[in-house]
Amino acid sequence: MSSYIGRRILQGIVVLFLVSFIAFIIFQYLGDPVMTLAGRYATQAQREEVRQSLGLDKPFYVQYFNFLKNALQGNFGMSYVTRVPVLDLIAERLPASIELAFVAESFAVIMGVSLGVFVSANPKSIMSKFLMTGSLFGVSLPTFLVGILLIYIFSIKLGIMPSSGRGETITILNFWRSGLLTLDGWRHVILPAFTLGMFQMALLFRITRGAMLEVLSAEYIRTAWAKGLKGKMVLFKHALRNALIPVVTMIGLQFGQLIGFAIVTESIFQWPGAGNLLLNSLYESDFPVVATYVIMVALIVVFLNVIVDISYAFLNPKIRYK
Amino acid sequence: MFSKINELRESKIYKHFVSQPLAVVALIVITLLFLGAVLAPIIAPQDPYAMDKLSLGDSLLPPIWMEGGKAPFILGTDVQGRDIFSTILYGSRTSFIVGLSVVTISGIFGGIIGLFAGYFGGIFDSIVMRSADTVLSFSKTLIAMLLLGIFKQSSMLLVILAIVISDWVQYARTIRGEVLSVKEEEYVLASKAIGGTHLRTIFKHVLPNAVSPLLVVGAVDFGIAVMLEATLSFLGVGVPVTQPSLGMLISQGRNYLYAGKWWLIVFPGLTLMAIVFSLNLISDWLRDEIDPKVSNF
Repeated sequence: MSSYIGRRILQGIVVLFLVSFIAFIIFQYLGDPVMTLAGRYATQAQREEVRQSLGLDKPFYVQYFNFLKNALQGNFGMSYVTRVPVLDLIAERLPASIELAFVAESFAVIMGVSLGVFVSANPKSIMSKFLMTGSLFGVSLPTFLVGILLIYIFSIKLGIMPSSGRGETITILNFWRSGLLTLDGWRHVILPAFTLGMFQMALLFRITRGAMLEVLSAEYIRTAWAKGLKGKMVLFKHALRNALIPVVTMIGLQFGQLIGFAIVTESIFQWPGAGNLLLNSLYESDFPVVATYVIMVALIVVFLNVIVDISYAFLNPKIRYK
Repeated sequence: MFSKINELRESKIYKHFVSQPLAVVALIVITLLFLGAVLAPIIAPQDPYAMDKLSLGDSLLPPIWMEGGKAPFILGTDVQGRDIFSTILYGSRTSFIVGLSVVTISGIFGGIIGLFAGYFGGIFDSIVMRSADTVLSFSKTLIAMLLLGIFKQSSMLLVILAIVISDWVQYARTIRGEVLSVKEEEYVLASKAIGGTHLRTIFKHVLPNAVSPLLVVGAVDFGIAVMLEATLSFLGVGVPVTQPSLGMLISQGRNYLYAGKWWLIVFPGLTLMAIVFSLNLISDWLRDEIDPKVSNF
């Protein structure tokens, strides 16, 4: 098992290297950092000075090495637009994104898995047929359309939900501005979280249902029924436990998708998160922010993939004892 | 001619098809939408991109059945006085062109890579599969958005390429899995034994027997590509502003939502949904047909 995990970690490191290289190219070669930092009216000598301070006169591999060294020390340079260290800029926005993703994913997992179990236990009921078609509908709706329609219905027509922002926030531990500790914050998170979570919910529902149906036809489940165990016991203790393996894998694998959809959702609801920051930085060609965002996303995705692989090994004895 | 039709009527695939009313409806809907897109210049009541034909007096008219609606603007007009029905017809052209191109290019490119990776195995296979894992763990939306946003250029071709760059992977993975099982079959071994070259074996014996699951992937992927193009255009990094696109229509309509001009968003949105939902229903049906074992998503 340790060699299995070791291989996965190694693979993750290779990916991080590749992504850091791409980020380096975005950072160093796109746009014109010299022009941006020195200003349009700088003299030739001033420009040369900026070039040297950025290390653009050094050979390629030295530049990349310096970039990596700086990145490992948490130094990702300054934003071209706001002249603030990029890391501060992102760190300030991150709690909003994490809270939104957390609420959306929790909603998706709880609803998706319970509906999946329900349908697998009652495959013939009309409700199940309805849910199956509904879930197909759920994966056919683009995130941005869901968001806009929700705003139209709940904010504009009914006027019961706020359409943008995070609402009232409370700062905890001096750095984390949380919206989940106030009622107003929760009111603001519901629509964006539903928008972001709906696709995942539909997907997890279908995966859970498929995995449950497969497990429920296994011999040991028949044994469990034959022993006279209660329905709930069989469903949740015997079946769901084994059906969870593909579900957990899918949750981990889908996290990268969640980040992509989060950018769209944050943009629609003007949610002050990292995704919204990325989009604005792209519009404004603020490449240090873009490069840092890319590295950050890669770190999160690779870390989660390793976690999924390890939990996979724990859930599945076949891998654990190989 | 008639015997052919009868033959089709007797075939299993046809019988299964008509026994699935939802799939039949989906096929009819997608065909109508496709025809609408192809024939847009003929059937659209107005060319929404000929500026001289537009009249500001027709600006923001509601659909024809509502008070203030006016012929020939069945679904109302936008702020420039463009007929929404016509812009939808033209916009869905972009959806279909992008969807079809993405599926074709990704399918051929990914298909060939997966075919070779599965057949030959070894280092090439490992590299392909590891990079596939990596691409899959990132979001297609994010990758396309970054590519288009960084280079600040927009054209339909670039949008297609930005999607294909992460999209070919699923085709490669799918066909590789099939090839792994097909290549141990006796007819493949026989082809090798009688001295068939690798290329002959691959394209004549392995490919035809491994290709059908790609149909399912293709149908789902078509819908995803359509959604992705709409999302990118909605965010302003997709097709150029001069080109009609459903995503862009929705993005423009968003500014008038507070003024209650819901038709600017709802009709393009419904069209988009209809395209993707039909494709998903068809792919669901195809999956049951081709591989009854995997009926989950």
